[in-house]
Amino acid sequence: MSDTHAESIAFVRESSLPPAAPPDKVGGPLKWVKDNLFPTWANALLTVVALYFLYLLLAGSLPWLLNGVWGASSLSECREVLDGATGACFSVLTERWHQLLFGFKYPSDQYWRPTLALVLLFLAVAPVLFIDLPRKMLLFTGIYPFLAFWLIWGGPIWGPLFALVGVVVGYMVYARLVHNSFAKALAAGLLAAIAVWYVGGFIGDALRPASPLLEAVPSRDLGGFMLNMMLGITCVSLSLPIGIALALGRQSHLPIVKGICVVFIEFVRGVPLITLLFVANVMLAYFFPPGSGVDLFIRVVIMITMFSSAYIAEVIRGGLAALPKGQYEAADSLGLDYAQAMRLIILPQALKISIPGIVNIAVGLFKDTTLVSVISLFDIIGMIRGPILASTDWNGVYWELFLFASVLFFIVCYGISQYSQWLERRLATDHR
Amino acid sequence: MAETAQMQVSDEVAIRINNMNKWYGAFHVLRDINLTVHRGERIVICGPSGSGKSTLIRCINALEEHQKGSIEVDGTLLSSDLKNIDKIRSEVGMCFQHFNLFPHLTILENCTLAPIWVRKTPKKEAEETAMHFLEKVKIPDQANKYPGQLSGGQQQRVAIARSLCMRPRIMLFDEPTSALDPEMIKEVLDTMIELAEEGMTMLCVTHEMGFARQVANRVIFMDEGQIVEQNEPEAFFNNPQSPRTQLFLSQILGH
Ligand SMILES: Nc1ncnc2c1ncn2[C@@H]1O[C@H](COP(=O)(O)OP(=O)(O)OP(=O)(O)O)[C@@H](O)[C@H]1O
Ligand SMILES: [Mg+2]
Repeated sequence: MSDTHAESIAFVRESSLPPAAPPDKVGGPLKWVKDNLFPTWANALLTVVALYFLYLLLAGSLPWLLNGVWGASSLSECREVLDGATGACFSVLTERWHQLLFGFKYPSDQYWRPTLALVLLFLAVAPVLFIDLPRKMLLFTGIYPFLAFWLIWGGPIWGPLFALVGVVVGYMVYARLVHNSFAKALAAGLLAAIAVWYVGGFIGDALRPASPLLEAVPSRDLGGFMLNMMLGITCVSLSLPIGIALALGRQSHLPIVKGICVVFIEFVRGVPLITLLFVANVMLAYFFPPGSGVDLFIRVVIMITMFSSAYIAEVIRGGLAALPKGQYEAADSLGLDYAQAMRLIILPQALKISIPGIVNIAVGLFKDTTLVSVISLFDIIGMIRGPILASTDWNGVYWELFLFASVLFFIVCYGISQYSQWLERRLATDHR
Repeated sequence: MAETAQMQVSDEVAIRINNMNKWYGAFHVLRDINLTVHRGERIVICGPSGSGKSTLIRCINALEEHQKGSIEVDGTLLSSDLKNIDKIRSEVGMCFQHFNLFPHLTILENCTLAPIWVRKTPKKEAEETAMHFLEKVKIPDQANKYPGQLSGGQQQRVAIARSLCMRPRIMLFDEPTSALDPEMIKEVLDTMIELAEEGMTMLCVTHEMGFARQVANRVIFMDEGQIVEQNEPEAFFNNPQSPRTQLFLSQILGH
């Protein structure tokens, strides 16, 4: 019927068309190949060239990988097994496995301690990373740093215990006062915490046991990939809150606060990390009271944290600037005070915008932890370049060792990147 | 309609503005503003673009600072004292041209946030209040969606509900319908008319002259930072006195 009317201009649809299924995807794999790999002459040429390079890459590396030797006890033994054929000498990994992971001074009967700390880490970060998990789990997250410290460094339990008690007391004081004034509550909480730490120091000294439950391990004895993980996790989790504070400080109307933040950020960004690390190694000792002997690990953590928090502050400042002014005004007009407006309205949105930038910095920071090898800390790179390559057994096994280190770093960094993409999708509420 | 409007105005003063002046740098935006608003009054402010209408109502809840003169809201003098500012802001609701809903929170959370954190209302009670007002603006079924999923008109109604959840005694509107398509303007205006009929004290910057005729007790015309003319709507529209008002009205009513 519609055919007969097709030529007339005026048209009224009398019955609606039934919905139809979308057309099937036509063509098989052959058509896919033609459409995607060889659609034009130029593209076909590119495909062929790319395939050739792929072939070269695999032809070079596959025999080396597949022909790898796993059981030998030294490089010369490896060469004997291979007998002239190409092949990797992966035996170095199995033979020096513990050194690569834990360094060469950590007591070998205590390896279970950092391993347990790593396992518990997953439990502790889970509620932070996955906002849908029950909030009660955050309790363990709060305890974890103290527990992990005790597990890894050992020694009397009083130190970490009183540190934890101080934080809890400080938080309770803060929570009690916070509805009066945020700043006063923060100051009172800090004072309370410091008081507890001070008193706890004396009690801890008095109660020092003859032989602690966990054997004490000095920071100098930490090493291997464990050290990279410890530095990375500590510094990322410290530099995020500090970076937020710096970003907010930089926006502040108070000239002194603003000035301090600007100078700090600009100074730290203008200096190479490696300089800061040398400073940590040598100079920082002068700033602390003599005899306090601030641990090298802590000094390095301070420097890396300073460095990355300055970068994170700038990323977050970008996020803050991207928010429309109306968000601040709406929060103000509802009567929210500064702290509430920031915490409930501004930061959640600004941080969401900043996720890609923050992740970028977190990944970079994690890889930069290998720089500590230049101040003679034996992280995984320090271990490889130092004790392992210098030993007569394994002198010359560069590829296998650095490949292994790369794989470890890749796994962690790729994991972070995948997580951040998931998080962005999870937080997408704008439906644009 | 004019009669119902008259009925609810009381003698109590809600807002008193005395010789208020404001500058943006060297630019004199508001000049000698004198305005007294009684409780229950509905005032429509109109005037050409850039005449300082937004600036005026934003001074009332201290989104902008004034430099000279005084503003008193519900007997509280607006000064740089943060306590007074917070008190006034929690009593004065405001709706913006671009809604300014919080995109990362659901509609319900948008509405309960300020009562919970500013008024310390228990969450349950805040949610009940929020649902009450969402029903009033006729979108209770959208409570668990995010602002980005709503139409403009719906978003503006949520913004009104969000303000109402704080139980304000005064509502300020800054061109609430000018970012909306024509068919959505009506639903927002209907909500505002309903609010007016309940006796809410309202200051509304708008060019919706039908709305002004229907609910306003007073129409104020501003130009170049000054109040040029104010009158009851009938007299204002039918018999404007100043030539600038006449020109303005002929322009917006002319086509
Ligand atoms: N933050 C600011 N800094 C400097 N000048 C400003 C600022 N905000 C507004 N102005 C100026 O003040 C004058 C009044 O602005 P206002 O926004 O109050 O006008 P309005 O009457 O609301 O206009 P419209 O109808 O276009 O919204 C304008 O000339 C504007 O350019
Ligand atoms: Mg305006």
